[in-house]
Amino acid sequence: LPRAVLLKDMKLMDVKLGQLPSWVAMRDFTPGGIAGAFRRGYDRYYNKYINVKKGGLGGISMVLAGYVVLSYIWSYSHIKHDRRRKYH
Amino acid sequence: MNLSFFDQFMSPSLLGIPLVLISMLFPTLLFPSPNNRWISNRYSTIQLWFLNLTTKQLLTPLNKKGHKWALILTSLMTFLLTINLLGLLPYTFTPTTQLSMNMALAFPLWLATLLTGLRNQPSASLGHLLPEGTPTPLIPALILIETTSLLIRPLALGVRLTANLTAGHLLIQLISTATTTLLPIMPMVSILTVIILLLLTILEVAVAMIQAYVFVLLLSLYLQENI
Repeated sequence: LPRAVLLKDMKLMDVKLGQLPSWVAMRDFTPGGIAGAFRRGYDRYYNKYINVKKGGLGGISMVLAGYVVLSYIWSYSHIKHDRRRKYH
Repeated sequence: MNLSFFDQFMSPSLLGIPLVLISMLFPTLLFPSPNNRWISNRYSTIQLWFLNLTTKQLLTPLNKKGHKWALILTSLMTFLLTINLLGLLPYTFTPTTQLSMNMALAFPLWLATLLTGLRNQPSASLGHLLPEGTPTPLIPALILIETTSLLIRPLALGVRLTANLTAGHLLIQLISTATTTLLPIMPMVSILTVIILLLLTILEVAVAMIQAYVFVLLLSLYLQENI
């Protein structure tokens, strides 16, 4: 039986849909809070895929693939002019 | 028109916000700080092994005072190596293709080695301008030549890195364009071009690593003369 937790401390998966706007409003949006969110995300990924006894190539490959996708998104507006060009 | 060949070297921006800073800071994500365990994860172990290898290689010729430069030389080497290798992935931006960045790295570091030498051992530093055993009539010309070669070092450092990487990226783009254009017309020539492209990519990986190493090696050599 889960104990009753304050709304602002609940994890995202436990928040009901109706409570979602108030949950988002209660999150910490200060620079320290945003940095903390990035740090937590980084630690989650690091401890799950890299900081393991027998880590493989997958951990770093996912990061590099994400970087490639991100670079594509950033350069899309520039590259889309080359789609139907005859001479590149 | 032909502008699109050089478009890959344009500084990327999203809605006017320059993204080159993110391209330069991305390598920090790939190097987690080592933890205090006796046996850490494979990733950290490989990185520490590599750092030890390069640090020993770079710092063995230097005397004790030169070891103060260990951190900046090793971090510069890692920085350039990572940025060069990341630039070989598709659609990524390589900051080291920009001459401005390479000059910003080369010029202050070279100047630091020069000023260290001039401050601590001025006559020995100036003495490097004349190699031993030159015939007397040649001395004035040789001093001019050696001074020119001294002053052109930062320019050479920056331009070497820029030119090597830019040329490599351009070649890859040109040959891949040729491959795709030839594919419907002459498939056998296209396959030949694909083989050339594969070999070129292997060369580019090697060049990326070598250029980073050469940059730092030359800086350490300039440091050896002067410290």
